[in-house]
This record gives sequence, C-alpha cells and structure tokens, in this order.
Amino acid sequence: MSTESGHSAPTAHNEKTVTNRTMDAAVAVLFMALAAVVMSDSWRVGASWASDGPQAGYFPFYVGLIMFIASTVTLVTALVSRHPDLGNFVDRSQLVSVMQVLIPTTVYVGLIFLVGIYLASAVFIAFFMWWLGKYPVAKIIPVAVGVPLALFVMFEIWFLVPLPKGPLETALGY
Amino acid sequence: MEALTSLIGGFGVLADPMNIIYMFVGIALGVLIGVLPGLGGANGVAILLPLTFSMTPVSAIIMLSSIYWGALFGGAITSILFNIPGEPWSVATTFDGHPMAQKGKAGEALTGAFTGSFIGAFFAVLLITFLAPVIAKFALQFGPAEFFAVYLLTFCAFVGMGREPAAKVISAMMLGFALAAVGIDTVTGQLRMTFGSVELLRGFDFLVAVIGLFGVGEILLTMEEGLAFKGKSAAINAKVVWETWKKLPKYWVGCLRSAIVGCWMGVTPGGATPASFMSYGLAKKFSKNGNNFGKGELEGVVMPEVAAHAAGTSALLPMLTLGIPGSPTAAVLLGGLLIWGLQPGPLLFVEQKDFVWGLIASIYLGNIAGLIVVLTTVPIFAAILRIPFSVIAPVILVICAVGAYTVHNAGLDIAVMLVFGVIGYLFKKLQYPLAPLVLALVLGDMAESSFRQAMLVSQGHLSIFWSNPLVGSIVTLALVMLVWPLVSKVMARLNGHKEPAAAE
Repeated sequence: MSTESGHSAPTAHNEKTVTNRTMDAAVAVLFMALAAVVMSDSWRVGASWASDGPQAGYFPFYVGLIMFIASTVTLVTALVSRHPDLGNFVDRSQLVSVMQVLIPTTVYVGLIFLVGIYLASAVFIAFFMWWLGKYPVAKIIPVAVGVPLALFVMFEIWFLVPLPKGPLETALGY
Repeated sequence: MEALTSLIGGFGVLADPMNIIYMFVGIALGVLIGVLPGLGGANGVAILLPLTFSMTPVSAIIMLSSIYWGALFGGAITSILFNIPGEPWSVATTFDGHPMAQKGKAGEALTGAFTGSFIGAFFAVLLITFLAPVIAKFALQFGPAEFFAVYLLTFCAFVGMGREPAAKVISAMMLGFALAAVGIDTVTGQLRMTFGSVELLRGFDFLVAVIGLFGVGEILLTMEEGLAFKGKSAAINAKVVWETWKKLPKYWVGCLRSAIVGCWMGVTPGGATPASFMSYGLAKKFSKNGNNFGKGELEGVVMPEVAAHAAGTSALLPMLTLGIPGSPTAAVLLGGLLIWGLQPGPLLFVEQKDFVWGLIASIYLGNIAGLIVVLTTVPIFAAILRIPFSVIAPVILVICAVGAYTVHNAGLDIAVMLVFGVIGYLFKKLQYPLAPLVLALVLGDMAESSFRQAMLVSQGHLSIFWSNPLVGSIVTLALVMLVWPLVSKVMARLNGHKEPAAAE
C-alpha cells in the first residue's frame, strides 16, 4: 500500500490517464446501472409482499435498491467532496503493463474455446515468455510444453477430470 | 471435558497415514501458494477443491485446511525477504520484517514470524476446541429467524468494522447478493435475472468469482506495480531459531493481546488483515521499544503474525458451528463442505463427529507440521520467488483458467473468471473490499431463504426478529454495527466543533 501512494503523488504529465475521482464516479454509475437492472427484473418477477411473506423478487429488489442508494452516496461523495482525490488512477506505463497481460489472457480464453485448454495454454505461455520475457526458444519450449503436459497427466489420467480439448487431442485419440 | 474426549477421537482419525501425507502435501502447496503472487489461500483452495471430489470428506478437508495454514505461513516469507506481502494479512509484517532482513537478521525475523503464526493459531484452535461444541449446542435451538439475525450481524459487521468507506462496502456486498440471486429461485422456482439465457440458469459460482477476483485481479495488480523480485537471502539454522525463541517469552503479554484481537476479528468477520494491522498498532503503543517500530523490531514482526494467524484459524469457528465463514478462505472451505454433501452448521457436531473433530485435530497437527516445514524449507521457497514474473504469470493464469473450468466443467466460467479478474483489479484500486462480495455471494441464498422461512413462520410480520431476547439482541447489535460509521463520523464532527484546534 505504501508503494501505491509513493509513486502516484508526483505524476509526470505524459503519464496522466484519469483521476481517481473520475474512476470512482464511473464505477459508481456502473453500479447504479446494474442496480437498476436488478430492480427492474425483480419487479418483473414480483417484488411485493404476499400474504405468506415476500415474493421471489422481493429480496433482490431491495438488494438492488440498497446498491443504488450506496452507489449514489459514493458518486455524490466523489463529485462534491471538498478534498477530491485527484491522484492519477493508473500511470500510462502501468496501464500498458496491465494491458500486456489482460489482452493476451483474453485471447487465451477465446483460444480455449477453439483448440482446447492444453494447446491454448502452450501457445499462451510460449507467447508470454517470448514477448515479455524475451527468452530464447530453448528455454521457452520446456515450460510451454511441460506445464500443459503436467496438467494433462494430472487431470486426464490421474484425477480423471476432463478438461476442454480440441482437434489436436481428438487426433491423438482423446 | 467432553471436548477433550472428542478431540482424542479426532486424533484417532488422523492416525490414517494417508491423512498425514495429505496434510504435508497440503502445507507444502499452501506455502507455495502463499509465496506466489496471484495465488492465495482463498483462490488456491478454490482451484484445488475439484481435485478433492474423489477423496473422503475428512481427507479432503484436512488437505484443504492444511493449504490454508501453509498459505498463512507462506505470506510471511515474501513480506520479510522481498518486502512484498504475499497475502494482504502480511502487509503489517513488512513494516518491521523487511528492515530486519536488510540488517541481515532475516533468519531471526522469519523465525519470529513463523513462531508468532504458530502461537496465534494454537490459541485460536484452543478456542475452537472448547468453544465450538458449546456454540454448536446452543445454535441447535436456532430457528430461521435466529439464523437470519446472525447472517445480518455478519454483514453489518463488515460495514461497522471495515477500513473502507461504508458506502463502498455496502455496494460490494449488494453486488454479491445480486449475483447470488441470479438463477432459479429456490423457494418458488421462478427464474431471476437470467434474461432468457440458459448459461445464467446456473447462476454465478463463488468459486469462479474467487479465482477471478483474487487470482487474475492480483496478477493484474502485480503487473501494474512492475515488481522486480529482488530479495534478501534467507539463512535459517538451528542456532538462529534457538536464539530467537529465547527472546520470545518476554513478549507473552503482547502475544496474548494479539491473539485475543485476532480471535475476535476472525470470529466476527473482520478478518485477518485488519487484525494484523490492529495488533501491530497496539504493540507499537504498548511496547517499551515502540519508537523503534518500523526500523526492524522483532516484536513488530511477531505481533501482526500472531493476530493474523489467530484470525485466520478462528474464522473456522463460526463456519463450523453456524455455517457462516469468517473469511473468504473459510467461505471456500464451506463451499467444499456443501459439495461433499455436508451441511455446515450446528448439526455437523452431532451427525459428523469424525469429520469435525478430525478437522480440529488436524489444525493442531497441521500447525506443528507447518512450523517444521517452513523453518526447514524457507530457502527453497525463496528461490521460487526468483523465477521471473514473465514465466510465473502465464503459468498462474493457466492454473486459474483450469481451476475455473473444473468447478462446473463449463467453458463459459473461464470467461466469467476473467471478468471477475478485471472487477477485482478495479475494486482493489478503488478501495472496494472483496471479502463482503465473496461472502454475500456464498451466503446470499442461505440468508434469503432463512429470511423467507422466518417470514413464513411469522406470516409476514417483521416483529419475529424481536420476538425473543436472543434474536432481538442479535438484530439490534447488527443494526448498531450498521450505523456505526455514521455514529463515529457524527461524534468526530461534534468533537471537532468543540475543540477546533485539536482537529486542525
């Protein structure tokens, strides 16, 4: 925690993204939108009080209502606070680092649906090591092949828990 | 004394050598999980949970709870050697632990931390042994109204004792409740918030949420901080251990204080993290060497560890007796109980004696084994941390994906996990607490059904929550907890007006 406040205080101009206050407000608005969805769907199911107690939508409706009120408080505090938190939410270089993980991971998840988890994992690990770690191929191969192979042995053979498989595994007879 | 005979029976369960092996495997895995960024007690147990489906419940809970103890121990290693808290509850350990390591006293700091952990856990397990049967017996008389009152108290305690802004705690908690409500309503069978999607019928599984929030979210945070693991090397030998142990007895008052703080925070779901901070703060205030805190005082390492471990262990007390977990990891263990077909709660002590006492006995042995394992293997785990992040990160993400998939054998859960990862990252950065979200997701259905059962009993009158002194006082206490942040703010403002000089 101390590190966070450490480097967010003096922000270089080109590192500016959005302030903590903006992000706080944005997330609060998202919460409010979600709360509205929850409330409207619960209302559809029936959120009133029947003779034998609450209907199916009663509990979620009030959950949504409380979420809405709490997020409104967060939003208002963020907007009208006398000491707004104008610190940088995330430095540009940090955001790049986060995206460097998030985007390949998203692609990886998509790839699992296409080719199964083992092949996708091998590709993902290899790509990550090559792109961010700048490792030579000789070091990449053992990790990228070894980890999925170990998973395969552990899950498919040892614990008999099937994981998503693709055309490659089918071709190999699994 | 009934507890003692039951406990001896519990040790009998452990006599099975396989259970002892599971215990050691669990602890080694746990320390590994505690050391690695992105894997922690909660998501580590969540990922490994599906692998235990084929074991007997007793063996499974022994292994999974041992992972938890291992993770509690492991968090201290990274804090002291690398100044990186492996777990949130070991943040307070870095304050004095890392300065000690910089002075070349890493071995002493590690021994102090591990022994402190052990003391805390031991205190908490004594509490569990003697208090759990009493509470369980008492709770057998609980009706739905009483259970709802206890749930209410649990959630209100988050608001009253959380370090985060109350509005954010409530928002995060309500998000958990809303996600828990998705799917088929258990009472009427109606579909809620599925929006015509078949995939949403299953609802959101909290195990997937935990893996995303704590696993993927943590990796994103670690990436952002751009950590380069540059640590101090650790050397622990028998002499250092002995020298440190000789210093510990004079801290007994502090240890007792920290253990009490820890147990209190663990039973009420304050959790290990605030317990460790609180204990550090108290030690600093009361210690003769208080001014040296932050520069490398052994006492400043021991105290937060005692409290964190006491809290982590005592979090199992409400989980076993009432079915209400005191921490996210305890929540995952509770999920495990449900999957193995055991109903957590007071009946567990009547119907599953072997299971409960086997677990309690394994806490004793597990912590002794844990202390031995960490003291002897620290260099190995420290070496693992030197593996560059660009190798560790993709491997951990792959493990998270596998873990999320195996919960329900559903591919979509992997995508859900990723979304929860982003939510976890945003929440951490914006000070939304994750624990209330997870607990609400776990307990949402149960809290709702106990509420509705209570309403059926009273035919829709809320007065049932004040119908007898017990339920009335729990509900009142819960409401006090709920408004506590407001009260303390008003009091602070009133004081501020009286003495403006002191406030500025």
